Amino acid sequence: MSVSDETLAREAQAEHDAQTEHEGHDHPSDRSYVGIALILAVLTALEVASFYVEDQLGALLVPALVIMMIVKFVLVVAWFMHLRFDSNLFTRVFVSGLVLAVGVYAATLTTFRFW
Amino acid sequence: MALTEERPPLELTSGEEAVVRKPLGVFTRPSDSPGWRSWLTTVDHKKIGIMYGATAMAFFALGGLEALLIRAQLAQPNGQVLDPQVYNQLFTMHGTTMVFLVIMPMLAGFANYLIPLMIGARDVAYPRLNAFSYWVFLFGGLFLYSSFFLGGAPDSGWFNYAPQSGVAYSPGHGIDFWVLGLQITGIASLVGAVNLIVTCLNMRAPGMTLLRMPVFVWMALVAQFLLLFAIPVITVALFLLMFDRLYGANFFVVEAGADPLLWQHLFWIFGHPEVYILILPAFGIVSDVIPTFSRKPLFGYPFMVFSGIAIGFMGWGVWAHHMFASGVGPVSVAAFSLSTMFIAVPTGVKIFNWIGTLWRGKLSFTVAMLFAVGLVSQFTIGGLSGVMHSVAPHDTQQTDTYFVVAHFHYVLFGGSMFGIFSGIYYWWPKIFGHKLSERIGKVHFWLMFAGFNLTFGPMHIVGLQGMPRRTATYPEGMGWDLMNLLETIGSFLIALSFLVWVYNVVRSRKNPHAGADPWDGRTLEWATSSPPPVHNFDVEPTVGHLDEWWHRKYDEDESGRPVRREHYEFLSAVDEVSLGRGGREPQVDTSSIHLPSPSYWPIVIALGLPLISYGLLYTYWLSALGGIMVVGGVVGLGLEPSVDPEAGHDDHGHDDGHGPGPGTDATGEEAELVGVGAGDGATASGDRAGSGERA
Amino acid sequence: MSVSEQTAPPEVVADRADHVPHDAAAPAHHTSTGLSNEKLGMWLFLGSECLLFGGLISAFLLYRSKDVEGMVGPAVGDLYDIPFTSVSSFVLLMSSLTMVLSLSAIQRADHRRARTWLLTTAMLGATFIAGQVYEFTSFVREGLGYTTNLQSSAFYTLTGFHGVHVTIGILMLVSLFVMSLRGRLPAERSETVEIVGLYWHFVDIIWIIIFTLVYLIPA
Ligand code: HEM
Ligand SMILES: [Cu+2]
Repeated sequence: MSVSDETLAREAQAEHDAQTEHEGHDHPSDRSYVGIALILAVLTALEVASFYVEDQLGALLVPALVIMMIVKFVLVVAWFMHLRFDSNLFTRVFVSGLVLAVGVYAATLTTFRFW
Repeated sequence: MALTEERPPLELTSGEEAVVRKPLGVFTRPSDSPGWRSWLTTVDHKKIGIMYGATAMAFFALGGLEALLIRAQLAQPNGQVLDPQVYNQLFTMHGTTMVFLVIMPMLAGFANYLIPLMIGARDVAYPRLNAFSYWVFLFGGLFLYSSFFLGGAPDSGWFNYAPQSGVAYSPGHGIDFWVLGLQITGIASLVGAVNLIVTCLNMRAPGMTLLRMPVFVWMALVAQFLLLFAIPVITVALFLLMFDRLYGANFFVVEAGADPLLWQHLFWIFGHPEVYILILPAFGIVSDVIPTFSRKPLFGYPFMVFSGIAIGFMGWGVWAHHMFASGVGPVSVAAFSLSTMFIAVPTGVKIFNWIGTLWRGKLSFTVAMLFAVGLVSQFTIGGLSGVMHSVAPHDTQQTDTYFVVAHFHYVLFGGSMFGIFSGIYYWWPKIFGHKLSERIGKVHFWLMFAGFNLTFGPMHIVGLQGMPRRTATYPEGMGWDLMNLLETIGSFLIALSFLVWVYNVVRSRKNPHAGADPWDGRTLEWATSSPPPVHNFDVEPTVGHLDEWWHRKYDEDESGRPVRREHYEFLSAVDEVSLGRGGREPQVDTSSIHLPSPSYWPIVIALGLPLISYGLLYTYWLSALGGIMVVGGVVGLGLEPSVDPEAGHDDHGHDDGHGPGPGTDATGEEAELVGVGAGDGATASGDRAGSGERA
Repeated sequence: MSVSEQTAPPEVVADRADHVPHDAAAPAHHTSTGLSNEKLGMWLFLGSECLLFGGLISAFLLYRSKDVEGMVGPAVGDLYDIPFTSVSSFVLLMSSLTMVLSLSAIQRADHRRARTWLLTTAMLGATFIAGQVYEFTSFVREGLGYTTNLQSSAFYTLTGFHGVHVTIGILMLVSLFVMSLRGRLPAERSETVEIVGLYWHFVDIIWIIIFTLVYLIPA
């Protein structure tokens, strides 16, 4: 269902041991932040554009939109929220909540429809 | 209240005059006087733990009273004791109270008191937020109970199904109180969860690896993760219902096309993790009690930990077993039926581990042990009826009958409450310095055990015979009369046993001092004095083992049998009693230990919340006032340094350049709680210097 | 209960500040994981928030896809002004950039720039909120009130919750700005900015999801 707590535990311990490595991790430069923002802007433009060509896209529309959404989400989380560079423990905590949310709510919504 | 009481700056050891800077824009800090007032402003996890416990026990008495009224009504067919309206209010409040205002806070109290002691920390990660959680819980509970005087309590059951809970069917304010009250206590749980998780992960003493933490800490940690992720789900449900009831939204209005199953899903996505929130810490308690009184290490510690984690995960995938009869599709029913059966596996693992611990142990049946073994046996019965529910066709017969009532009382009373009482008898001497009487305690246990089985055992039978739950009376001639009478008698036995406990508590003040380690315990809390000093440990422990304290006291001979060491050292100055049998105390100067200072803000902010809620129901002016208290309080808390610069030490970290941010949820400076539990131990080096051999 | 028996000896404290590196500059030094309590707490909170917004989004998706016979009032989907919402989504997205630039400035102790970016972020957030207010009023003018139908309740609740989160974020940004002006936000305290930033980005990613699931994907 999500990252297991035991790995979390081990991770925390590993971090404990290696804590010095985590200090002074390099933050990306402002330039790369702007780069990420550009990608985000382009993706948003594509998303909006899809609205005008909805009919041509047909069945592709929804998957395309969802993929772009996920990419944007991941970019912000990984870069702006520093999960790429920060401790794994943070990622685990956050991803646990995220995966749990997607899991239980997707199951709930589909029970209304399919099962 | 002496909000503006002036205190002269304390003298510095150096003889210089302390420079006291007023904290920005805040009232004078409360001082740490020992009187009753100090309880209002304390941020000490031990005092907060005690307050949680005392409050929860008061609510236990209230919830019990409600139960007695219910049982009086049901003692005979066509009962006339209660009006059906009142009956509805009583069973609703009974369930809500027992779950949200008794077991949850009771376990929160244990977690608060014990986690820092067990992991060798001086306090929790955010002491002021900890106080905040407690006050929020208290005021939320009082808010909920005030409904009795303000037009009637909620009356739709503890799970409050839609659309029954809508204004159309429940026009009074009762359900509004339920919604807002649980919303408030939810805040307490959420803040508490963040706090305790950070405490477990970040505040451990050097060497206290995760897999050296006592099982209680582990189970409490898993329960906090469950809270962290389950509370927001019920928060959503409560908001939707609140907007329906107060502002005319349509979430559960069937005429507008709403689907009442939405409520059921949201409630049970929260609700099933919730039942594990209620039981896991109790499992943790007995997992520490049983080894102590079997004089053996816990059998299969890693299995115990991992099965608890497994339960925590699987608990998220079974919620629809509460909805087998609600019209979810056949595939869902099959899937949730299976997942529910599987969850019994890790639960069974735990039971086998306890039995394995008892097996060939040197058992001593103290009251704590009796309750622990009571949990193992009674919970098993409840778990088994749970597995019966998991068989969906079977459940369609049982659901909404007394069979379900029997099930959850065996797990909640026979499980959680027995575990709680076990913990109370076990840690009482640690918390208050003297034991509860074992003799009276045995009377308590056996009365409760008998009353419990007499009350809830027969419910299996009448349940299978079809007696519906949540119905104010039943006709005669159904064959249920005798069983119901027995149940009522049983419930009064339970009440009697509770009075015996109260008597035991009152009398216990006269008991002799129990010493630091009355049970020959295994975990760190027994290595400090009873009650522990404010700073928990004079000496910061460095941990090398699971069951650290045991290893400090015992060595192994060639055949692996434990032999008591000639000398071992406590972690704080202890009383005479404890110094027999080779105990030594550390000689250290504890004057160098900083602790966070008491604060008015937690209670102020917490008080704002019920005011806001009353305002939503009556007049928005009250809400505005409450809002001001909350916002003002948060700002005050943010500006106020966690360690009071006036408390007599020059605190260079807190001058103007270093104020924490208002509004950062993570209240800046609480990180600065220093000393034990601080990882690399650098901070307490001074303490340890003096802790060498005094022997 | 005999709670009063735990006689609390007065707290023992003395001048020892030199022994104790309890400056926020080095929060990472004295926790078991080496991670700061505050940051860990914030991440835990954000993990929890996922389930809050997940529930609200699900309620909306469920009710939007529901065919209600004789539904009162317009469907939400018929009122969307996609170009307008795209612009405000873009504004919020860019506020994440300015937020992170502010953090990076304060870490370099470039306080002027940090303040500028903080204020920009807050203003972009305020622009977003203004857009939301405009959107709500225009919907209401077209006959879609909060209580009109299932969809409207779900829509306003979801976007309203998000709006409240943004507003709280703005308040935090403004307090940071004021603190920085008063010199209470030195580079060693940059973690406070980072934590507020985490919250801010989170609110942004929630909107990334809402924008796609609620606005762009047709019912
Ligand atoms: C072996 C593990 C368990 C299984 C398989 C199980 C299964 C079930 C099932 C299927 C139901 C639904 C019955 C119905 O409404 O028809 C149920 C109800 C319930 N269970 Fe359990 N359960 C287990 C353990 C627990 C535990 C540990 C607790 C609490 C500490 C608990 C508390 C409850 C409560 C409170 C209800 C009734 C909710 C209500 O309808 O008001 N269960 N259980
Ligand atoms: Cu369940």
